[in-house]
Amino acid sequence: MASVAPVDAPDSARVGYLLRLGDDALVLGQRLSEWCGHAPVLEVDLSLANLALDLIGEANLLLGTAGDADRLAFHRDVLEFHNCLLVEQPNGDFAQTIARQLLYSTWQHMQLQRLTGSSDKFLAEFSAKAVKEIAYHRELASEWTVRLGDGTEESARRMAEGLDWCWRFVPELFEVDETLQAAIESGIAADPREFEEQYRLAIAAVLAEGQLETPAEQRPILGGRRGHHSEHLGHLLAVMQFLPRTYPDATW
Amino acid sequence: MSGDWPLWEVFVRAKGGLSHRHVGSVHAPDAELALRHARDTYTRRMEGVSLWVVPSAEIVASDPDEAGELFEPAESKIYRHPTFYDIPDEVKHI
Repeated sequence: MASVAPVDAPDSARVGYLLRLGDDALVLGQRLSEWCGHAPVLEVDLSLANLALDLIGEANLLLGTAGDADRLAFHRDVLEFHNCLLVEQPNGDFAQTIARQLLYSTWQHMQLQRLTGSSDKFLAEFSAKAVKEIAYHRELASEWTVRLGDGTEESARRMAEGLDWCWRFVPELFEVDETLQAAIESGIAADPREFEEQYRLAIAAVLAEGQLETPAEQRPILGGRRGHHSEHLGHLLAVMQFLPRTYPDATW
Repeated sequence: MSGDWPLWEVFVRAKGGLSHRHVGSVHAPDAELALRHARDTYTRRMEGVSLWVVPSAEIVASDPDEAGELFEPAESKIYRHPTFYDIPDEVKHI
């Protein structure tokens, strides 16, 4: 099927950037919603569902500004998604979900703080609102990281394994390619390289509080921003997209 | 698993000027997460501006067997109700 991302449009850097932000939020929101009804306890079930709803709300705004949100969410294939690889990683156990959330929310929070000063009016206003939601995501993930790390022997082992699984996807968050460079130069995007050191210090501080070691550096895995995804994204999209694709006229 | 966690009573202040009201309870491993769970469970639909959580074990409750001596004496004293006054429309929350 034809690509719905108008990559040749005059404001393609803007659309490309919106798709990255929107796809991150959509895919992570869908991942978190998989916990609904399965979380370790009722209260955590609600916590994770709230995070998912925040992210899907953000995705709706971002993709709705990039184009038609429903078409972008439900009628693109894997190669046309621009999310980072971290957010599509499977939930694993609760500790792995928290590790993914800590690593992503901390990055997202720092990025949104900068985007409140974007030259793009929509992005500046969007970020001013979203930054509060994501500050909460970051705090919640940090608190759970500390409790699992500084909890029982089993919870500490699981937390360390979850971090180890996710760690190879962190460098992608700070990669600047041509699309992002163009968006940075036009003043609409935040340059992640400016806060990489701050990010690593912040993560290290949370891990230290949780008696956790910073994982050893691993060979980074890159490519999500260019549509090169892991097999996990295809399975996620199959679940998320099958209904509107099978029943294109369905309304609810 | 949540059975291993202590129970916390949750109180929500709906808006400034009103008192906190008991809305329910949550399980949580400690006070900080009890506040998070209370926020996620009871204020998702803009119900509040302030939250309290109190360990349920710290609540001192009256004895149901003493309900008679505690509460029945008030039943015959209707003059204690402020129903003999007209309350101005401007006075809210009474």
